[in-house]
Amino acid sequence: MESIKTWFVNLWSDFSADFYTNFIKSDRWYSLLKGLGSTLQITFFALLIGLMLGIIVAAVRSTYDKNKETMKKRGGTGWHLLNFFNSVCNIYLTVIRGTPVTVQLMIFFFIIFAGSRNGIMVATIAFGFNSGAYVAEIFRSGILSVDNGQFEAGRSLGFNYLQTMIYVIIPQAFKAVLPTLCNEFIVLLKETSIAGYVGVIDLTKAGDIIRGRTFSAYMPLIAVALVYLVMVMILTALVRRLERRLRKSER
Amino acid sequence: MSDKIIEVIGLKKHYNGGAIKALNGIDVTIDRGEVVVVIGPSGSGKSTLLRSLNLLEDPTEGQIIVDGTDIADKKANINVHRQKMGMVFQHFNLFPHMTILRNMTIAPMKLKKMPKAEAEAKALELLKRVGLEDRANAYPSQLSGGQKQRVAIVRALCMDPDVMLFDEPTSALDPEMVGEVLEVMKELAKEGMTMVVVTHEMGFAKEVADRVLFIDEGVIQEQGTPDQIFNHPQNLRTQSFLSKVL
Repeated sequence: MESIKTWFVNLWSDFSADFYTNFIKSDRWYSLLKGLGSTLQITFFALLIGLMLGIIVAAVRSTYDKNKETMKKRGGTGWHLLNFFNSVCNIYLTVIRGTPVTVQLMIFFFIIFAGSRNGIMVATIAFGFNSGAYVAEIFRSGILSVDNGQFEAGRSLGFNYLQTMIYVIIPQAFKAVLPTLCNEFIVLLKETSIAGYVGVIDLTKAGDIIRGRTFSAYMPLIAVALVYLVMVMILTALVRRLERRLRKSER
Repeated sequence: MSDKIIEVIGLKKHYNGGAIKALNGIDVTIDRGEVVVVIGPSGSGKSTLLRSLNLLEDPTEGQIIVDGTDIADKKANINVHRQKMGMVFQHFNLFPHMTILRNMTIAPMKLKKMPKAEAEAKALELLKRVGLEDRANAYPSQLSGGQKQRVAIVRALCMDPDVMLFDEPTSALDPEMVGEVLEVMKELAKEGMTMVVVTHEMGFAKEVADRVLFIDEGVIQEQGTPDQIFNHPQNLRTQSFLSKVL
């Protein structure tokens, strides 16, 4: 009996000592918090870049798919431009989706922005550039999912291609892809955990630094994992609520 | 003679580089105020003809002259012409993310810069005529098929079209809802609207049409008054088609 009690007492004092060294001592909790700040900052701005890039690429690709027959016949500068941009978009999608994001991040930091010391900025651009490829395909699938009759109805009223897209197709497409889009954001949030490769002290790297200093892996790494988990759970709950609300307006 | 509103000359539509000839030389004139009903077996090209009239199908060859302009010409501004040609589809194609009222007002407001109040008043007036004024704020998914098609008709009317094109407007409806849609179309015909109707409703053709076109294999095989076509068909194809559907 006595020994079990001692065991618990020892466990508790070990735990609190560990907790103290890993989080309280030298204000280590603060470096974790700062890491979390970097993670959120990179995620948020990468998300914006990805969205913008994704919308542009999806617009080019679906415009090409929908109009290639008529425009090819008609020829002219418009067709050549569209053809060119469509090829650029295809190369972008192939390269980004065909290579690991870690390698892309390092290429951005050590080659493209070789002179830059602003790791957070470079990481943001790299993740945004990466996410854009996936967002583009999500948007494109959304546009494709809208029945062609909707497009014809818009055109038959007298709307031009762009107006039909803006008033009729995109609102429906956006609704259809919103849950998938939110999942892409969750993936992006977790992917930023490799930012440490280019010297950014994000949440993951901050935890790893603490591990290196205190020689105890358990506390900092589990703590970091928990923080990600909580963030993702919050996002998932929001997505679920959103989905429910969208389905309600369908009825 | 009365003035022509649409003139189709030598219209051809080929798919797969000529392997499929949906339309193979169509010449037809639609006069103002005329109700033309297009009949024919499935795959005969009747829908393709109708869809070519507002260029939802891009013709392979030929001219479609509307108001003196050949709209099949690449330089024609098709968007302007489409504003004057209302189209009603088999599957209604209402915009599901908008209320009925919004479905009807968006085109006049965006394309004709009509003030919101005016567009809504006009839309409500039209909805009243088809007995749906109480559904103005409903969404399309809350309506029955017949109600959706009636809304689709008045949505097109909101643009004050010179001509209305109907592409099998009752084919996707439950049988008990066909009547209410045909009723609206009859009213429209009575008011003098120019209409081109692709349909399988032979009763409607007999009762309302000024002229019936029978199309098969991408050409007009025979045309004439409902009496000529239904009671005294000359063409063998027409006879065999009618013997199957009547």
